[in-house]
Amino acid sequence: MSGDHHHGHDHGGGDGGHHDANIAARVRELEAQLVGAGQITEAELEAILLEGWSGSPAHGAAIVARAWADPGFRDRLLADGNAAAGELGLEAEGYLLKAVANTADVHNLIVCTLCSCYPTNLLGPSPGWYKSFAYRARAVREPRAVLAEFGVELPDSTQITVWDSTAEARYLVVPARPDGSDGLPEASLAALVTRNGLIGTALC
Amino acid sequence: MARFTVGSAVRARPGDPDGHTRVPRYVRGHRGEVVGLHGDWKLPDAAVRGTLVTEPVYAVRFRAADLWGHGGHDVIVELWESYLEEAAGER
Repeated sequence: MSGDHHHGHDHGGGDGGHHDANIAARVRELEAQLVGAGQITEAELEAILLEGWSGSPAHGAAIVARAWADPGFRDRLLADGNAAAGELGLEAEGYLLKAVANTADVHNLIVCTLCSCYPTNLLGPSPGWYKSFAYRARAVREPRAVLAEFGVELPDSTQITVWDSTAEARYLVVPARPDGSDGLPEASLAALVTRNGLIGTALC
Repeated sequence: MARFTVGSAVRARPGDPDGHTRVPRYVRGHRGEVVGLHGDWKLPDAAVRGTLVTEPVYAVRFRAADLWGHGGHDVIVELWESYLEEAAGER
């Protein structure tokens, strides 16, 4: 901890929620260094940030709702996520969009253990906990315990598959369609899908 | 051309390279199975040195019990081709 650091709050815990002021200062310094070195311009930085903010979990929810409503789309989505997103007018560029489907037998959970890879331009910024050391370390080691802490209790018979985004794929979980959702229009189906559901830390 | 295919038995490169890499420590030296081909992408180990090298990236499934000694789940990690060696015939 630096010597000029004298405000009072707790910096322990490592859950991604207590470091904001410190991180913001480090990010500003890093940006200044990069711009000063001519590696990037302020305008280019702004464009990258805006791209992230143009994403929204609603995009993921729309993809999932279509997959629930249309088995043909679901098949295309699981085979080629980028093309399927394109069918809905959504851009997933610069990475492989890999959709993974939950079933009665398999539950998928997404993590990036090396950093915080996430389909930001499609789904918007990732939640703070997704970037925390605790989640990144524990998701691959004890996913069932992590899921329980999110309130997701899976039967022992459900196989858990954890996808670590270590390279150029960005993942989207397609939750199992909830019971009792038969006949709902796509917009109502989409309203059932949460951001955590798209990461696998919620059932839907 | 991709050296491995779905079903190939592979082992993640052991050891700690001098420079940047994206092989997570927890899979190094462990055996897994290729479950998907994720296309050709720039190798980050070379990119950080200003060199453009493109390699196939594989989705490789590891068993939690192999990685941690316990757990019934699978972990699927994306690994560039040069991060992998053949593990056929081993058990």
